[in-house]
Amino acid sequence: MNESGTDNGALVHVDGVGKVFHRGSEDIHVLTDLHLQVPAGEFLALMGPSGSGKTTLLNLIGGLDRPTEGSVTIAGESVHQLSDRRLAGWRARHIGFVFQLYNLMPTLTTERNVELPLLLTHLSKSERKKHVAAALAMVGLSHRAGHYPRTLSGGEQQRAGIARGIVTDPTLLLCDEPTGDLDRKAGDEILKLLHALNREHGKTIIMVTHDPHAPARAARTVYLNKGQLSSEPLA
Amino acid sequence: MTGPLHWILQVGAITKFGLLSIPQRRGAVTATVIGVAGVVAVLVGVLSIAAGFQKVMAVSGSPDSAIVLRSGADSEMVSGFGRDQTRVIGDAPGVARNDRGPLSSAELFVIINLPKRATGLDANVPLRGIESAAWQVRDDMQIVQGRMFEWGKDEVIVGSGAAREFAGLNVGSKIKVGRYEWPVVGVFSAKGGVPESEIWSDAKVLQAAYNRGDSFQSVRVRLNSPGAFQEFKDSLTSNPQLNVKVIRQSDYYVEQSETLTRLIATLGFLIAFLMAIGAVFSALNTMYSAVAARTREIATLRALGFGSGAVVVSLLIEALLLAVVGGVIGGSLAYLAFNNLHTSTMNFQSFSQVAFAFQVTPRLLVRGVVWAAVIGLIGGLFPAIRAARLPVALALREL
Ligand SMILES: Nc1ncnc2c1ncn2[C@@H]1O[C@H](COP(=O)(O)OP(=O)(O)O)[C@@H](O)[C@H]1O
Ligand SMILES: [Mg+2]
Repeated sequence: MNESGTDNGALVHVDGVGKVFHRGSEDIHVLTDLHLQVPAGEFLALMGPSGSGKTTLLNLIGGLDRPTEGSVTIAGESVHQLSDRRLAGWRARHIGFVFQLYNLMPTLTTERNVELPLLLTHLSKSERKKHVAAALAMVGLSHRAGHYPRTLSGGEQQRAGIARGIVTDPTLLLCDEPTGDLDRKAGDEILKLLHALNREHGKTIIMVTHDPHAPARAARTVYLNKGQLSSEPLA
Repeated sequence: MTGPLHWILQVGAITKFGLLSIPQRRGAVTATVIGVAGVVAVLVGVLSIAAGFQKVMAVSGSPDSAIVLRSGADSEMVSGFGRDQTRVIGDAPGVARNDRGPLSSAELFVIINLPKRATGLDANVPLRGIESAAWQVRDDMQIVQGRMFEWGKDEVIVGSGAAREFAGLNVGSKIKVGRYEWPVVGVFSAKGGVPESEIWSDAKVLQAAYNRGDSFQSVRVRLNSPGAFQEFKDSLTSNPQLNVKVIRQSDYYVEQSETLTRLIATLGFLIAFLMAIGAVFSALNTMYSAVAARTREIATLRALGFGSGAVVVSLLIEALLLAVVGGVIGGSLAYLAFNNLHTSTMNFQSFSQVAFAFQVTPRLLVRGVVWAAVIGLIGGLFPAIRAARLPVALALREL
């Protein structure tokens, strides 16, 4: 694997991406001329110091934000060029998101939460039910299907979040610090689950993380620093 | 992702979150619902006064009867005829007759003071002197208690509305008319119409009591048919002996009620409008806080691929529902509190009291709910647009 953008078989192509935020009169250059390719079926860990731009990069890949420069191409689609409306539909079809704070709807049960992305598909009610059951089984949360998020432990809530992320069988699963709010034991279990999803179900995963145990589970780890990626952590 | 059905599913899902999260925003939501309820209650309540007054006026006149006044007179108060003139009017073509002659009643109209039961304060009550045809030139007249007065005797009968509104108008009691005290011998009804607010006596007796000689103020006639009106009118207005104006009774009462109903309606709209502005701000506040409280929720849904249009529509639906609930509550309160509430008011055109009941009509209730819906939509629109414009990546960072 190389970082220069010549591997055309990759699922994710980030080419020469720059991202500048404006805060008042100040320009914040978060990413500069950044290149990244992720082949289908990879489990990539993205690490780096706090504030280095990991979330920003993940948002660009997930179509939640647009680069100031460069291009983001996923499965042949130039994501950075899609209109807001098309982008929403594209996210629904291709991206599963997993958030650090789970972002479950407190007023919905676990299975209703997991069903949410399916409301954007053409599946019938009974098909949706089947998909939800399968996703919950995959994350080992079938017994909690009818419970509300507040009655679940942190680890269970994150399993629900992951089930919601994979229920539509997206092209790409994007996780932003999925273990960041969990204790060691629950965190390790989530890493193990993501690892299994990658290994046994072939999910392509990009995971932003601070977790020192993450590199052991991921197939590859890249480090973001000063707007650029490298395969080695900064000394 | 396309197709109206899926879009509706999206809207439905987001609306459901909004509604489910209402218990967490109880305070603001309650304030809005109460605010809208207040607007609608006031609007419907005040307009029900106008509707009640209008109803009395509307049932008072039928199209096949006419009232004749002196030309230039807006009301009976300032009109006047001699006996010879009233006779010419009664004999005019188009006037219906029975075996006793034309159905024509020459009448006298004076005002006496009586205390209102509700306040104890004196108010103007019309006292009308009638001829026997008075019963035929009006619709649905009926003695409901006691008896008719005897012709030529110092006796009166009172309308049921007047009996309800004014102290001392009971069968058996006496009223002061000038220097005299006349007994009340009966109560009559007129299907809710204006006569119910009046006191009636024999015209001749009243003429004597007020030193009016043989003069009258108006003549009412029953026509052969509604179509006979033009013939009747033309014959009177072309008669050089007379200087009169001829009005259908139905038009006369509508005209009489116009000033007051317009005043009440304008006042009602004004008050309700001012309150509605307040309610819009309350709705705005509620929906802005709804959006603020759910920023992360909305951003999460947007990240999952829900469209911004669905977010806007669902927030509008939520605001609309809250406002309509308020509207229904307000309308129900107005109905319970005001419908058929009896009262009386000064009619400016006759300078006397008209008894009537508030009428909370279905039309008024619908109007109230429409107002509520408009308040909800205005109050929901700007917060909904804000929610839709939320940059997703930025909103996800909150909290
Ligand atoms: N919308 C924004 N406006 C201004 N600055 C932002 C915005 N989003 C992120 N930043 C800034 O960009 C930098 C990178 O943020 P982020 O991608 O969240 O870093 P990480 O996820 O690695 O901690 C931070 O300095 C952050 O303050
Ligand atoms: Mg981050």
